Amino acid sequence: MIFRSARVSAADLARVTGWELKPEGLCRMERCVPFASASTDAIELADVARALGVPLVEEPRAGLSALGPDAGGKALATATLPDLELPDVDGRPFRVSSLRGRKALLVAWASW
Amino acid sequence: MWQALRAELHPRLEVVTVALEARGASAARPWIEKAQPTHPSLIDERHVLAALGIVNVPSGVWIDEGGVIVRPPETAHPRRPAFKDQTIPADATPRERERIETVKALNADAERYVAALRDWIAVGAASRYALSPDEVVRRSRPRPLSEATAAAHFALGQRLHASGEAALATEHFKEAQRLHPTSWTYRRDAWAIAGPDYASIYGTTWLDDVKREGVENYYPALELE
Repeated sequence: MIFRSARVSAADLARVTGWELKPEGLCRMERCVPFASASTDAIELADVARALGVPLVEEPRAGLSALGPDAGGKALATATLPDLELPDVDGRPFRVSSLRGRKALLVAWASW
Repeated sequence: MWQALRAELHPRLEVVTVALEARGASAARPWIEKAQPTHPSLIDERHVLAALGIVNVPSGVWIDEGGVIVRPPETAHPRRPAFKDQTIPADATPRERERIETVKALNADAERYVAALRDWIAVGAASRYALSPDEVVRRSRPRPLSEATAAAHFALGQRLHASGEAALATEHFKEAQRLHPTSWTYRRDAWAIAGPDYASIYGTTWLDDVKREGVENYYPALELE
């Protein structure tokens, strides 16, 4: 999740990460993490990273910052497949969850 | 590559192939157009699948009718890979000979994997290869902070490469590889971006890394039960 600044608006944070700034903190789906910000226009990414427990990597030479994914525990916190939506080769989005009701084999491959 | 197995097991099974390609759809398109898959064939430019614990390809994940993973990522070959039967040309250089011998020595137990898959399709949850949710979680990879940080570096590398900052991008790709040394996907996709001269940029090659880390570890032996 890449940002062009070390600060981000609440709207952009929600758009990029799914985490919404609410009175109770940062919330995504049913999970909320305590968080307060004096501004909804300039939230410090470092504060977000600290609250969520995710890494923040900054590249000041290009003015970019990147939040990493959740850390700790196992890659699969539960056996339920996360909601995956990826494009096909022509850019059409496909949700893996659309295969519910049928067994599925998800295969990762590469040309390299 | 998966089309024949899909034809055999469909509609009881659907296959979804996902190309891990930081270079985007154009890199995968020739292979997809040649295979003409009738199953969903997707592109994962940002290595979203790393979140499942996928660190090499080909990897397979079994998902039951309720959207529950019953086998976490593991090496998945639909048939004996052609690389196992390569012949060494008479005029091969010592380096090329070593590369082919190494490739032929990789683990690739397609027969057992496909037999297990067929068993699951036949008997469902009663298959001894269908793992409980607790076992799926237990077998999934650990997710240390270092690997999450590697994901951020890889994403930065991709963005920087896309904006023409090749040198800066390489720094972040190298850092991703350092922080997540067991990820072949980070390594090899960054090498693919670098092109044929990747060794001069990254100071290593696929062969050097496989030999150093152990040929038996490139595709870990399947733990089917």
